[in-house]
Amino acid sequence: MKKTDEAKPDTATGGTTAGATSGTDGAGKATGGATAGGKRFSRDRMLLAAAGPVLALVVAVVLTSVVLLASGKSPFEPYTLMFEYAANADVQVLIINQASSYYLAALAVAVGFRMNLFNIGVDGQYRLAAMAAALVGANAGLPGPLNIALIVIVAMLVGAFWAGIAGILKTTRGVSEVVSTIMLNAIATSLIAYLILPEQFGVQPKGSNNLTTGDLPSSSWFPGIHVSDVAGDVYGFVFVAIGCGVAYWLVLNRTRFGFDLRATGASESAAAASGVDAKRMVLTSMLISGAVAGLAGMPVLLGDSHTYSLNFQTGIGFTGITIALLGRNNAVGIAFGALLIAFLDKTASTLDYNGYEKEIATIMQGLIVISVVVSYETVRRYGLRRQQRKVGEELAAAARATTTREEVPA
Amino acid sequence: MHAIVGENGAGKSTLMKTLYGMHKPDEGTIAVDGEEVSFHSPADAIARGLGMVHQHFMLADNLTVLENVVLGAEKLYGIGGKARAKIKEISDAYALGVRPDVLVEDLGVADRQRVEILKVLYRGARTLILDEPTAVLVPQEVDALFDNLRELKAEGLTVIFISHKLGEVLSVADDITVIRRGTTVGSVVPSEVTARQLAEMMVGSELPSPETRESTVTDVPMLRVEGVTLTTEDAEHGARTVLDDITFTIRKGEVLGLAGVEGNGQTELIDALVGTRKPDSGTILLGEEDITGWTTRRRREGGVGYIPEDRHRHGLLLESPLWENRILGHVTERPNTKGKGRFWLDLQGARADTERIVTEYDVRTPGIEVTAASLSGGNQQKLIVGREMSHHPRLLIAAHPTRGVDVGAQAQIWDQIREARREGLAVLLISADLDELIGLSDTLRVIYRGRLVADADPATITPEELGSAMTGAATGHLEHLAEEGAAR
Repeated sequence: MKKTDEAKPDTATGGTTAGATSGTDGAGKATGGATAGGKRFSRDRMLLAAAGPVLALVVAVVLTSVVLLASGKSPFEPYTLMFEYAANADVQVLIINQASSYYLAALAVAVGFRMNLFNIGVDGQYRLAAMAAALVGANAGLPGPLNIALIVIVAMLVGAFWAGIAGILKTTRGVSEVVSTIMLNAIATSLIAYLILPEQFGVQPKGSNNLTTGDLPSSSWFPGIHVSDVAGDVYGFVFVAIGCGVAYWLVLNRTRFGFDLRATGASESAAAASGVDAKRMVLTSMLISGAVAGLAGMPVLLGDSHTYSLNFQTGIGFTGITIALLGRNNAVGIAFGALLIAFLDKTASTLDYNGYEKEIATIMQGLIVISVVVSYETVRRYGLRRQQRKVGEELAAAARATTTREEVPA
Repeated sequence: MHAIVGENGAGKSTLMKTLYGMHKPDEGTIAVDGEEVSFHSPADAIARGLGMVHQHFMLADNLTVLENVVLGAEKLYGIGGKARAKIKEISDAYALGVRPDVLVEDLGVADRQRVEILKVLYRGARTLILDEPTAVLVPQEVDALFDNLRELKAEGLTVIFISHKLGEVLSVADDITVIRRGTTVGSVVPSEVTARQLAEMMVGSELPSPETRESTVTDVPMLRVEGVTLTTEDAEHGARTVLDDITFTIRKGEVLGLAGVEGNGQTELIDALVGTRKPDSGTILLGEEDITGWTTRRRREGGVGYIPEDRHRHGLLLESPLWENRILGHVTERPNTKGKGRFWLDLQGARADTERIVTEYDVRTPGIEVTAASLSGGNQQKLIVGREMSHHPRLLIAAHPTRGVDVGAQAQIWDQIREARREGLAVLLISADLDELIGLSDTLRVIYRGRLVADADPATITPEELGSAMTGAATGHLEHLAEEGAAR
């Protein structure tokens, strides 16, 4: 009795294993033939990844030309003007310097995006961070490089702190980070306005209405690369920004932490089931995003203005959102995006001298944002559908191949 | 009544979607009532008298039955008395027993399904397409559904019925079409074939069976759950006890099958075991360790394998490539990470191991760089099973491990579970497929409204007896009840 009992499952397993092996065999061949297929799929992905931005830019340029035509202007001349202007070395330096701030701000936004968090507060974070760092830097009195390190660390800490408030609100009270960071932007504006008053920490230079936080000692200026006397210096902090980009890529794509972060962004439920503590992840990524945002003011502070004043550049955080979108949260893509937007910014002034409104560049930036959002979603859906169809086709082909192989000997 | 059967990924759902106008066919024609048609959207299909009842119900919980039925079809009979009268009329004509003013959230699964059927009839459907209608029902409800369908047929309606369950197909269908890998492999009449022959047509091999009769149960407890209680609170119901004093033990080499109609606390129990939800009281012991306070990650590292019930929500990153999905859930373990503190991802290791899983578990894919979303449900599941088994779990929580999986893959998954069980794996099996539960389990428990109400010996129990316990009609040790029933 026992014997037959044991024999039965045995034959059953025997049968199915045989079935399974033949199946595996077929699949083995299928994968064998498809390692090339795998490469093709990743090349496909690269092409599709590039298709989004290219499509967006083409659409934005076309639409801008339409706007120009509608206002009775030449639809092409502004572009040539801008390119000609950008051929000057001093403009190029301006573009690169500006791009470094944009790049850092966009990285800060991208960290959040990767995690499905929309940190609109980068703007407030970097302004508050820059102000605090400038204040500390002007008064700490440490020797050169140490003072720079202190300034950078203070900036990161303040940025992280300001973003962390939104993070804590989200994890403990479920407050949407979109709402809280927008509000924190407004609060940062008021807070800075208060702190920079002469009664608090502000300094009013003689014969000026401006308020500053006092000048950094010249030993704390971040050394730049001297291009020429006309063109000026490329900020040394540009290289820090590049370093941040490399670190961003490395952490996200090559570390466990980065995987957890991306997984949470892709599917919070799946990440939770796989052991990611979603709340901690929200807080951590907000802190990182804020810390990087804190760096966004550093290129200007350490390389150019050497003080935080009323006319310190604002709005970098919002431009960072555009750039992060344009660059698809990809370290290299963001770099291109930052350069493009900086190019539009810095070459727009030439339009004024040539009878065009420089707001054309602003219009173009706006159109880029819209077309980016639309084209990326279109390309994403198209890519997904196309891949599903291709996988289906390849499998069907593989299946046909195996059946004919099976049939031939029979 | 026409049944369509086939492996998952064979193209059943695609065929149905094409019929329903959600896809356009590349070639070929569709004819309704002998007239060639081409649908551009489901609306065209509805206009032609086709109606589809989806596997996952498309109902708004917080609306009444009436509101759900008229939603999107307001032009037909308005939204008031006329619509109510029409619903009554349809309900009575086909003995559906639908009450128009009940909130959908208060209805059971079977009732919701009847609402779905009524919804398509209300829109004037003469041909009904039902996508795996019995997957969520207990046997008694399946019988009731089939009675409804026979009623529809008697009134001259056409029913197209998609199913994995061959026994059902044979009992209810007039014609059967078998499809495999996207083509029709046979059309048969139920009276001329057996379930076995039908299954062979479907997979081209022999019918697998979930039976495991040689016992590998040891007396070493692997998972001990003691007095776990969980209350949830939401605005609508207030505090609700979803797990009430759950106590059970799974020993090494044992498969404990948990039967129950969905929504009776299974999901919450899984969450409590995986660690995504904290129980209010009670302890959970894995081996000799108290894991009640452990995080999910620590539990996974400690040897808890998890095949989630909803693989799209909990098991996969759909838009990530397969090899990243292979890392998911085991990011702290070899071969996915390396270096000190397992800080760095080991891309090569993960890729190579994904290749291995794809081969060993027969995941049909052109490569490991494709996104998980491009695979069919069965192949996604095979990837998940392969991933979980690759880490040699001590405890496997398998929720509907073969749901939506074709017969061939089913056998493979069962084999994997059996094999691991032989090596001392403890398995908590939760399934709506009672044959699977009875066939694979060493011990059976029934969960009803958050309590373990009955237990049974899989060697003697029948699906019908188990079904009655799942609806709360029977409690205690089921074998005795069955005997008493026989005595009466």
